[in-house]
Amino acid sequence: MFGYIGRRSLHSAVALALLIVAVFFLARLTGDPADVLLPVNADQALRDEFRALNGLDRPLLEQFLTFAGNVLQGDLGTSIRKQQPALDMVLEAYPVTLQLAVVAMSIVLVSALAVGSLAAYRPGGVLDRVVSVSSLTAASAPDFWVAITAILVFSVQLRWLPTSGYGGLEYWLLPVGVLVLRPFGMLVQVVRASMIGALASPFVRTARIKGMAERRIIYVHALRNALLPSVTVAGDQMVGMINGLVIIESIFGFPGIGKLMIDAVFARDFAVVQASILVTAVAIFLLFLVIDLVYVALDPRIRHS
Amino acid sequence: MAMVAAEQEMVTVRRRVPWWRLLWRDKFALVSALWLALLLVCFAIGPALLADDAVRVNLAARNAPPGLDSGWINLLGADALGRPLLARLVLGTRNTLAIAFSVVLVALCVGGLLGMVAGYLGGVTNALIMRFADVLSSFPSLLLALIVLYVLGPQVVNLIIVLATTRTAIYLRVTRAEVLEIRERVFVDAARALGAGRAHILRRHIAPVVAPTLGTIMTIDFASVMLSESALSFLGIGIQPPEVTWGLMVSQGRNYLGSAWWLAFFPGLAIMLTALSANLLSSWLRTITDPTQRWRLEAPRTLAEGGR
Repeated sequence: MFGYIGRRSLHSAVALALLIVAVFFLARLTGDPADVLLPVNADQALRDEFRALNGLDRPLLEQFLTFAGNVLQGDLGTSIRKQQPALDMVLEAYPVTLQLAVVAMSIVLVSALAVGSLAAYRPGGVLDRVVSVSSLTAASAPDFWVAITAILVFSVQLRWLPTSGYGGLEYWLLPVGVLVLRPFGMLVQVVRASMIGALASPFVRTARIKGMAERRIIYVHALRNALLPSVTVAGDQMVGMINGLVIIESIFGFPGIGKLMIDAVFARDFAVVQASILVTAVAIFLLFLVIDLVYVALDPRIRHS
Repeated sequence: MAMVAAEQEMVTVRRRVPWWRLLWRDKFALVSALWLALLLVCFAIGPALLADDAVRVNLAARNAPPGLDSGWINLLGADALGRPLLARLVLGTRNTLAIAFSVVLVALCVGGLLGMVAGYLGGVTNALIMRFADVLSSFPSLLLALIVLYVLGPQVVNLIIVLATTRTAIYLRVTRAEVLEIRERVFVDAARALGAGRAHILRRHIAPVVAPTLGTIMTIDFASVMLSESALSFLGIGIQPPEVTWGLMVSQGRNYLGSAWWLAFFPGLAIMLTALSANLLSSWLRTITDPTQRWRLEAPRTLAEGGR
């Protein structure tokens, strides 16, 4: 098991290194920060000074080697815009995104497992039809459109909730509500499909013949077998969320990693872009590892020797 | 071809499923199919019919609310310049659908091909391709889109490349997983024993078995690609005006949310209905072709029909 984790880490380190190289050069392709951060009428002397100050005048390869050396020492550079360590800015923004993602995914997992299993119990029944169509609708809704419609209805017309901002519970209701919609719709489909398969399989029949309680059959025996595909899909959705909830965060004004990243790209704040991507990639790697370990816990047949 | 296969499958399904359930499913699938057909009509002849109306400024109908008061063309209302929303929606169909379809097609071809090669050859090739997929999927897709569109400019072709890049890993993983299993089957061994080459086995024996799975994923993916494209356009980094896409229309309508809600509402509704139709149709296809999610058991038959 530890050997497996070690090998996985090595693979991911390679992927991570490639990612960093790609981001470093791609980000620099977007243009010169001097164009964005200095006044339009700045003269050449000021530009040169700015570039020298931030090390932008040196050859690209030298910049990259300095950057790579610093990364290995845990220094991800300084934000050109805020003059703060980029890593600090990222680590400040990340918890906001993580909170949003964890809250949303917990709601999605619990509700989708419950609703999907209920729908799968009688495939084609009234409940199943209602669940299928409404979950497909939820999965098809463009989140930005739902978000602005929700703001229009609940904040502008009814004045129940704040339009945007970061703070107490009332600020979380709309973003979480919108965020939950699509993952819920998609996960319900998966849970329903695999539960129908599990409930039709011989071991469920055996359990029924033994006279086992129906609730135990559904929630212990069948659900456990139906969990694997759900974990895959839920994991993918979690990765998507960790990757930055750019749209939700920018519509609702949440100071998370997605907003930080998109602002940094627009401002050509390379250090922040690189730091956010590096931290995100590490988080995704950890998540994939957790998902793999969950697989093993759920299905003893899978062994990572 | 596909329809014939679907109907042949339906006959076997009908024995097990009560008729009202199939009818019910058909009704939803029917409405979805009708909606998509309508969009195809808009795609084909819409711009020719309504392109002039969609850009004609009519100050008399500025921010006209939905209804028949300002003529049928303003049925869904008009924007701040009095351009009819209906005409703009129809005009936007072409970009929206064309982009989503091309993205799915490109991602399918690249991902499917790489996945087949990785799964069939294994070894170093497999490891290389899978690391490549890891990099692709750990790269924040929106950021990739942002950077590339920034560098290369927000043209339709670049948008397609970017979106396809972010979708490729899905097709790659699914194809590889399927191929890993299929290549161990007896009929592949038989083909190999008869002296078939790798390319031949992949094309004639493995690809047809993977095809149904990929087909289902494609339909669902079509919906999510459309949503991603509209999200990019909404953020202002996708298609730029004066081009028209539904996502862009929502983004432009956002500024008039308080005074003219229809400007953002109807394009969003169109996106949702189209995504929903694609999803409904895909779920119908799945039921028709494999009612118990156990299509693997029926794979030889699927192969025979899919290969026609």
